[in-house]
Amino acid sequence: MLLEARDIGKSFTGVRALDGVDFDVRPGEVHVLLGENGAGKSTLVKVLAGVHQPDTGTVERHGSLAVIHQELTLVPQLSVAENLFLGRPPRRFGIVDKARMRQDAKALLDRVGLDVDPTTPVRNLGIAGQQMVEIARALSLNAQLLVLDEPTAVLTDTETDRLLAIMSELRAQGVGLVFITHHLDEIRRVADRITVLRDGRSVGTLPGTATVEHMIELMVGRTIDEQYPRRRTALGEVLFKVEGLTRRGAFHDVSFHVRAGEVVGVAGLVGAGRTEVVRAAFGVDPYDSGTVEVAGRKVPAHDVQAAVRAGLGLVPEDRKGQGLVLTSTVGDNLGLVTLKSSTKAGLVDRAAQRSSAAEMAKSLRVKTSGLGQQVRELSGGNQQKVVIGKWLLADPRVLVLDEPTRGVDVGAKVEIYELVNRMTAAGRAVVLVSSDLPEVIGMSDRVVVMAHGRVAGELPAGTTQDKVMALAVQEFPA
Amino acid sequence: MTTVASRKNFKVLSDNGALAGLLVLVVALSLLAPSFLTTQNLLNVGVQAAVVAVLAFGSTFVIVSGGIDLSVGSVAALSAMVGAWSSAEAGLPGPVALLLGLATGVVAGLVNGALVSYGKLPAFIATLAMLSVARGLTLVVSQGSPTTTPDVVTSLGSNLTPYLPVPLLVMLVFFGVTGFVLSRTYSGRAMYAIGGNEEAARLSGIDVRRQKLVVYALSGLFAAVAGMLLAGRLSSAGPQAAVGYELDAIAAVVIGGASLSGGVGRATGTLVGALVLAVLRNGLNQLQVSPFWQQVVIGAVIALAVLLDTLRRRTR
Repeated sequence: MLLEARDIGKSFTGVRALDGVDFDVRPGEVHVLLGENGAGKSTLVKVLAGVHQPDTGTVERHGSLAVIHQELTLVPQLSVAENLFLGRPPRRFGIVDKARMRQDAKALLDRVGLDVDPTTPVRNLGIAGQQMVEIARALSLNAQLLVLDEPTAVLTDTETDRLLAIMSELRAQGVGLVFITHHLDEIRRVADRITVLRDGRSVGTLPGTATVEHMIELMVGRTIDEQYPRRRTALGEVLFKVEGLTRRGAFHDVSFHVRAGEVVGVAGLVGAGRTEVVRAAFGVDPYDSGTVEVAGRKVPAHDVQAAVRAGLGLVPEDRKGQGLVLTSTVGDNLGLVTLKSSTKAGLVDRAAQRSSAAEMAKSLRVKTSGLGQQVRELSGGNQQKVVIGKWLLADPRVLVLDEPTRGVDVGAKVEIYELVNRMTAAGRAVVLVSSDLPEVIGMSDRVVVMAHGRVAGELPAGTTQDKVMALAVQEFPA
Repeated sequence: MTTVASRKNFKVLSDNGALAGLLVLVVALSLLAPSFLTTQNLLNVGVQAAVVAVLAFGSTFVIVSGGIDLSVGSVAALSAMVGAWSSAEAGLPGPVALLLGLATGVVAGLVNGALVSYGKLPAFIATLAMLSVARGLTLVVSQGSPTTTPDVVTSLGSNLTPYLPVPLLVMLVFFGVTGFVLSRTYSGRAMYAIGGNEEAARLSGIDVRRQKLVVYALSGLFAAVAGMLLAGRLSSAGPQAAVGYELDAIAAVVIGGASLSGGVGRATGTLVGALVLAVLRNGLNQLQVSPFWQQVVIGAVIALAVLLDTLRRRTR
């Protein structure tokens, strides 16, 4: 065994985060750690890495351990080689030996299959390349144990494929890997064993061949009947219409519409311009030409407040960067969009704000100790519910959801889908931008596929991933 | 019952490190300096705290919304000088002169706000520029010499009754106003959102630019009031009045638990912060510590206060 943790218990200010958890890693295996947000995965990782002392139990490590976090720890301005040997560059007579550093870097990069010049500044690499550099750095420190904390959440499909291949390669070299991911299909491709955590307890260890249904059942403690419980409603008038929207260098002649009661999915590869289009339509960024209409009335360009007044809402893709005020409470975040409408003569009706926020938190089943809790203390799924909740309180006619379930666990995902159903049942329109193909196909009534900043085509409900991909990789004549 | 009450009191203190620090200071000085704990001296402390406190209340808005205002000392001096000049040189009635002075502060604040929100200048740069411009204008208006204040301004520095100095009253009124603005008004709630995450605030339909104008205008207005208080106490507006006060104001806000990165801060914290600085200065005088060493001690206390606050948050 490279790592053996027995009967780990850990509490924070009275809240039990881990309770009697056993976990071990053998050399040359991928051990997946699976669980909903808040199940205790990050706490366990911190105990394994020695960041936290467990209250009970023991951790035995035979070999050094490195954790690759989702947020990367590289210095963007420095070169790949300089990052790899940060703080310990090879020296000769006290002077950094650049030639040797480049050479050593090249060897390390080969080990993770990253084909870049070691002198490239790290900021010029994509997020996937940066992850590889992090992994290479861990290997250069002779880490025999690698913990990968949701590395694929920020990767495209091809990048994920490459990461999984490298994981297999490292396994063959005898490295023990702990892999955390919310993508169950990835697990089936690399896992040797899967340990499922729920509410701080280990609820079972499955073989890598376990079915997705089995994993979900252990994770949420109940069976989820449908992963994508879309309930269709009768369609009404066109509520949202984007016509010929163009911004040079970003997107070109984008048109689509959404009817009352309809969910229109927007699919495409990363960089296809989906987020750029919905941000422009919502008034966050400017556009050069085209129109945006809500219920037949034109929405002025580059004016978020006008868009909100017209009945548009946007749940942005970057939850922490653009969705939440992390220094504030759950209640204040829920009341953000409705702050204006609950103000009379400059004074906010705080009592009304509190009661409507409390009602919303309850109806969304946000797991929180109260409206006064700091929103940063919530798990990812619950944070996302708060972002969606602040818009539901404003009751927009059209709600645009940009990657609403990224980094959200299975249970909370289904709850978010139910919110989409609730919106359309009430005659609202929903635009669902998502890189998760099964999700965008499963939850949409129509799918608009974008490629290279243009609409590549439109597909009906129940289309296949192959058809979406065929449109998404389409090339346009220049 | 008593245990519940004492536990609650303990919580109030542990949640507010600055308040605990203030109490420790007061107790220590009462023991060390016999003349400290007298009604007259405590009233003095209040009067001494008033100018910095009112400046700091204005700065609380700015800091909560994620900005910084370095110009408040200069704006205070300019406003007082405009008020004094309008009365003494231009012959306007006192109340009109006072209003002109206050309007000067608001205009300076609006200029700051416009530079920050529409000009997209960093707040540090915009208000640093205003620090220089306002001080320069003060010298231009006054021709470099102190100017007598009108009676209405002078009365701001006097006592209403032997036990009620006007500066103390003004400080308490502005304390109430600040708390009210922060917790109950649209602008106040928007300040927390903008300071916590400007992009999230904008994407939630908050008019970030207009609210920033409001923030800096309030800061300018509060600076003008502080300038009048200072001038009132001396019965004259000086061209070099309130030099460096912006740093005391920022220190008071930060000692009070606000975060310079925005989104966090309260009126009570700022009041306590201003009182800590005033008690410290007063106490060190009573103990006959040299003014040279006083600066050293005050600097150390600022660092210590924020350090303790940071540690307290981290261990939570």
